[in-house]
Amino acid sequence: MTPGVRRGVFLAGMAAVLAFFLWGLVGLPGFGHYPGPYGDVLNAIGIRQTHATDIVSAVNFDYRAMDTLGEEFILFAAATGMGVVLRHLREERERSAVDEARDRTDPGTSEAVRVAAITFTGPTVVVGWYIVSHGQVSPGGGFQGGVILATAFAMIYLAGEFLALKRISPVPLADAVEAVGAASFAIIGISALGVGAAFLANVLPLGHMPGEVDSAGTIALISFFVGIEVTAAFVVVASEFLEQTLIVRRH
Amino acid sequence: MQIFPFIVVAWILAVGLYGIVTSRHLVHLIICLAVVQSSTYVLLLGVGYKAGAAAPFFSDIPRSTPAVDPVVQALALTDVVVEAAVSALLLALAVQAHKRFGTLDPEDLRQLQG
Amino acid sequence: MRTLLPLAVAVPLLVAAGLSAASAAFQRRNRWALDGLAILTAAAVTAMLMALTVGAGSAQVYWFGGFRPAHGVALGIDFVASPLSAGLAAFAGLLVTAAMVFSWRYFERVSTFYHALMLVFLAGMAGFCLTGDVFDLFVFFEVMGVAAYALTAYRTEERGPLQGALNFAITNSVGAYLSLAGIALVYGRTGALNMAQVGRALAGHRPDGLVVVSFVLIVVGLLVKASIVPFHFWTADAEAVAPSPVCVLFSGAMVELGLYGVARVYWSMFGSALGHRGAISSTLLALGAATAVVGALFCFRQRHLKRILAFSTISHAGMFLMGVALLTPLGLAGAAIYVVGHGLVKGALFLCTGIVLHRLRSINETWLHGRGRRLPVTGAVYILAGLGLADLPPFATYLGKGYIEESGYSHGMAWVTAVLIITSILVGGAVLRAGGGVFWGLGDAPSEDPRMAAEASEEHSETEEGRGRTPLSMVLPPLVLVALAVAVGLLPHLGSVVQAAAVRFQDQGAYNATVLSGARVLHAQAPQPPEPTGITIADVATGVGSAAGAAVLALVSLYWRRLPLLRRGLEPGLGLVGPIRRFQSGVVTDYVTWIVLGLAVIGGALALSIR
Repeated sequence: MTPGVRRGVFLAGMAAVLAFFLWGLVGLPGFGHYPGPYGDVLNAIGIRQTHATDIVSAVNFDYRAMDTLGEEFILFAAATGMGVVLRHLREERERSAVDEARDRTDPGTSEAVRVAAITFTGPTVVVGWYIVSHGQVSPGGGFQGGVILATAFAMIYLAGEFLALKRISPVPLADAVEAVGAASFAIIGISALGVGAAFLANVLPLGHMPGEVDSAGTIALISFFVGIEVTAAFVVVASEFLEQTLIVRRH
Repeated sequence: MQIFPFIVVAWILAVGLYGIVTSRHLVHLIICLAVVQSSTYVLLLGVGYKAGAAAPFFSDIPRSTPAVDPVVQALALTDVVVEAAVSALLLALAVQAHKRFGTLDPEDLRQLQG
Repeated sequence: MRTLLPLAVAVPLLVAAGLSAASAAFQRRNRWALDGLAILTAAAVTAMLMALTVGAGSAQVYWFGGFRPAHGVALGIDFVASPLSAGLAAFAGLLVTAAMVFSWRYFERVSTFYHALMLVFLAGMAGFCLTGDVFDLFVFFEVMGVAAYALTAYRTEERGPLQGALNFAITNSVGAYLSLAGIALVYGRTGALNMAQVGRALAGHRPDGLVVVSFVLIVVGLLVKASIVPFHFWTADAEAVAPSPVCVLFSGAMVELGLYGVARVYWSMFGSALGHRGAISSTLLALGAATAVVGALFCFRQRHLKRILAFSTISHAGMFLMGVALLTPLGLAGAAIYVVGHGLVKGALFLCTGIVLHRLRSINETWLHGRGRRLPVTGAVYILAGLGLADLPPFATYLGKGYIEESGYSHGMAWVTAVLIITSILVGGAVLRAGGGVFWGLGDAPSEDPRMAAEASEEHSETEEGRGRTPLSMVLPPLVLVALAVAVGLLPHLGSVVQAAAVRFQDQGAYNATVLSGARVLHAQAPQPPEPTGITIADVATGVGSAAGAAVLALVSLYWRRLPLLRRGLEPGLGLVGPIRRFQSGVVTDYVTWIVLGLAVIGGALALSIR
């Protein structure tokens, strides 16, 4: 199809699809009228059953932990897949000495950016760590905190220290950490079988009081490992892309 | 007014697909794919909303406070991670495709035809 | 026994992550340990799923985290093993095992990537089959998706695999998001994600727009995976370029899982709510027939060995969909048996093609003509598998196709038989033509359209330098697969056992009661009376007929230029080149346009007939 034909065909089809989709959407209870019961039931029993005051984390890491396990391995497969797709090929190593854009000059990093990035790296780590470790009591958890922690690595890059970044988190190490995070999740699930409970059951002590940091049993533990995996996965992803451009530039 | 957020869903879906179909650059196309997926975030969060209810975090509100559906929030979170993973892999493919084909225009990737 | 349900998914995931974490330990010297561990894992998972298939007399339900449903409300996620679901997962496991054994000596594997991705892929397929939760279905759709996209692009130094992987990933992602929109819609109505609970909430109400739209959106996403016309374009691209052992899984299991998904959501969520069996049945039948015919025609004109097989996959996916679309126990049972038979012989064909590539460094039928005489064993397996693909008794394929035909015939649809026979002849003819020409040097080398030859010229890096002889680990898997295809076809009482499983699968009430109240339903009730499953003369006759037809067609096209009274310039399938190039354009934006168009047509058809 030529672009013009394609656009025409698409617009005709999409008009029908839109009408069809709207036909379905008007069948929903109006906005603001969630009918239940799933969410209402979990809101009612979640705290008592899991001792987590963040019900979203209770859903993610306990009630629907299987979804999250699958999702962790989507991330794992994507990071592994990037390793496959962006691996250095024999011929490429020889060619990499030549920059594709010869007139590109390294602009260097301004002092302002450098100071700001270095200043914020520490606090970013603290905030990320806090979000990862308090997912069971307040909004947050392994995903959100993991992304923030990965940002700290991006800050180091922004400070112009890519080589330092490569030294503290080489891709193979980040890959291994990521795999360990994913494997730990599966191991937590299987160990519940070992004590006679169901796969991914919350078998750890739930703590005295909902709302305390040491409460909620495996929810906190899974959230922790998810945090590790997400951090490592995002570091892998960012480093793989950076290597594609920066290694070439360095030569 | 009650249908308005859902009309937004349909609209985001439509513009995302339009972007994909008319795209002349793979990176643009991948972003448009993320736009298509964003429509599902809005739809998920929309169907779980309860007028006037609190967020489902009970650390500093009474446990009997009516709260919105926590399930759709968890689903949206899963959805976001899926999107990040798929986009990362697709962008890696795009980087490699640019090396091999010398272009990122989907019209010009013609290794497979017929 | 029930504990096997989570383990079938958790074990391959754990091993995949473990291999990846310890990748430094698998240096060149320890490669055998890596291969051994991966193969052993796949085999163990297959055994677990086999045990579940056999032991799942009445469906087994497993609730993760021990969250049993309270008052009909599911709190967590469940896995359900019924004979059909666990059986399909076990079959996928078997193919993964065969593919891994084959790849041992086939190509150089970088680090632990290949093994880890294959195991994640296996876990994704098993989870997809077993899950009883519709959002979890989407998650596992993506698990196998992401692993499959990465495996397609495994030979990243060539152009084809990159383009194939991009087309595959983009079209399937669009499909997945459409499905997710449908899932969100039905959740907005019922407040439930458990399929049984959704089904119970929807049943008994008049089907309105929301039910129809969410059904269509979910199904269209799954049909993209199932490579049904007009969502099929990615299949030919991906299967032409993915490594041959990976193609075995795409063709034999992944595409079929899309159809399984359609059957699962229909018979657990929407069946009794939608009603209008006739409208749904004829819409899906039309899609299936169109897919079967289009795939077969495009298949016949190909000269690229893997593309022939890829289009044959599309054609067969259409035939399977026809079996499912009849909405009868016998139709579903036929589709199930056909899937197994097809997966086995198609797997053998892809692996033989891999051997050809390994030894002869080409994939082009015209160039290879006669050069395959050096590979007598491979040739014999290829021809046998080709006959199996054309439904020759006693390959299991003939039984599957025979049941679909019988079921169609007894419901007044004799045209189903005609479509199945014609497509079988075309597809089998194409495969046998390629096999007879390449391995036995029969007739003349088929002419080649230079415009279609471009891609076949760049196929060197898939496998390591060919050695003097084919390693046993590469010859054995296709041999075993072909032998299994015959063995399955000869199993006594196969038809009645599978039909009983199909009846159970289609009994939505029993499924609901088993999942939500833990009931043990011993006697499932079929929506339609079960049909006889004896092996009739008609089954054998159509099987032999289509295999003979395929052989004749293959010989005619090989000896075309020597036949008297025929115009020399004309050749069978010449007129197809134009349309093939126009539709199968390789441009992913075209493919997405087709998805939108297909959604509009399917949605329109069902909206008009159900409202």
